[in-house]
Amino acid sequence: MNYFLDAIQWIFAPVWVHGKSRIVNDIIQRVGEHVGYTLVSVAIATAVAVPLGYLIGHTGKGKQLAVGLSGAARALPSLGLLTILALAIGIARAPIAAVIVFFLLGVPSILAGAYAGLETIDRSTIDAARAIGMTEWQILTKVEIPLGLPLLLGGIRSAALQIVATTSLAAYIGLGGLGTYLFAGLGTHDFAQTLGGAILVAVLALAFDAFSALFQKFAVPRGVAATQAKEVRIRPHRPRAVVGTPTS
Amino acid sequence: MIEFRSVSKEFPDGTRAVDDFSLIIPSRKTTVFVGSSGCGKTTLLRMINRMVDPTSGQIEIDGDDIAAAPPVQLRRGIGYVMQNSGLLPHRKVIDNIATVPLLTGVPKKKAHADALELLDRVGLDRSLADRYPSQLSGGQQQRVGVARGLAVNPNILLMDEPFGAVDPIVRADLQNELIRLQRDLDKTVVFVTHDIDEAFLLGDQVVILQKGAKIAQVGSPTEITENPASEFVASFIGVDRGKRALSIKKTAHGSILIDGEGRAAGRLVTASVDNVVASE
Repeated sequence: MNYFLDAIQWIFAPVWVHGKSRIVNDIIQRVGEHVGYTLVSVAIATAVAVPLGYLIGHTGKGKQLAVGLSGAARALPSLGLLTILALAIGIARAPIAAVIVFFLLGVPSILAGAYAGLETIDRSTIDAARAIGMTEWQILTKVEIPLGLPLLLGGIRSAALQIVATTSLAAYIGLGGLGTYLFAGLGTHDFAQTLGGAILVAVLALAFDAFSALFQKFAVPRGVAATQAKEVRIRPHRPRAVVGTPTS
Repeated sequence: MIEFRSVSKEFPDGTRAVDDFSLIIPSRKTTVFVGSSGCGKTTLLRMINRMVDPTSGQIEIDGDDIAAAPPVQLRRGIGYVMQNSGLLPHRKVIDNIATVPLLTGVPKKKAHADALELLDRVGLDRSLADRYPSQLSGGQQQRVGVARGLAVNPNILLMDEPFGAVDPIVRADLQNELIRLQRDLDKTVVFVTHDIDEAFLLGDQVVILQKGAKIAQVGSPTEITENPASEFVASFIGVDRGKRALSIKKTAHGSILIDGEGRAAGRLVTASVDNVVASE
């Protein structure tokens, strides 16, 4: 418990830097960097993965490839990739390396959210939309995208959560963010600082998730929410008891 | 008038769903395709609005080959009602009904006003307009589906087992509603069902289909009952059993009709069909 108290104390300790309390100056700046990298990476990952996911979900083609690539991307060790990329494209352009790594981390969840959102729509709904004379584009924009929105937002939410946690690695190649405290603390055996940094990352991640949850709640059209609510209601509350089959 | 001219459809997996099918569907009448599942009746229906394109043969609507019509335009001019209503779950009832008019640029106010009138038409309360489909019963959803099919005031209404998924009481209700609607609207209705009773109830022209959409018999319900073309038709419509196999039983108070299960189906009266026709 001592470490925790030390860490909390470290967070709120008024260390004076450049005439201002560190709480105001340093931590806020690190949080800013952290959030900046996260938002940029999530934005780029969304911009790439959503159209791709919609293409796969609408046509039903290329799913195998997407699943395979997503699996591979998920398996990439972020720290190793970050180091290699930073060295390969030059430490001066390290921010680009960092964004690429976080982007790769976020793409699989968002891609899966986008195409799964389209895939789970009742086929007869889409068939009916086509049969009454919607163009393919109208089917996508007026039927598939609204109905797939909850799953897509879920995908973006989980990508953001992964990225916000992994952005701590940015400090490893000197790009700041809350990871700075982790690495500095580890280097100097200042565990209060390490743990303090970790707590800040955790709090930021929770805040991100809470914000995403709120966004998800308000961004989903009422009618879509109504269909979701119905699905929840008809799902059995508990798994059925397994009735044993006589063993021979 | 819709005309099928030796239409065939072979699916990529080699199934021959429709084999050399020719038929004329008269305007302003209800034509029912009836047959057991897998006989190709739905495929035939979906060819009319180009949801399925035939492998060979032509389909003409009022003399125009539909292969030349852009599918989207064609479909917008034809009403379509399907089994599970196919309503858009994220849109209110009123917007569901107005879907196609809104797509074709009818002003929202007019489209909504028309949609409310259609709700009356199909026997639904206007208060349902702001509900979502999931908040309606199965029968109500089907009525909304019919209203949506009528929204563009089409000449042709395609109905693919529209009452197949509702309970018998609601189905009987919907069938009567459709008969009433058809009396008012005079559409060319093409209706698909596997239920011969429904076919005889609704159809002016009934087309009994065998596997591969081979026509077993075409005719009015009366013609088919009077003179089944084959053993298959006779057994399919069940003339020799159940409630269509009627026999006369003389009692002290007159003759009554007994059905195949031995239940009294009605009373024999002297007024025959001929008399009814003569009095008209």
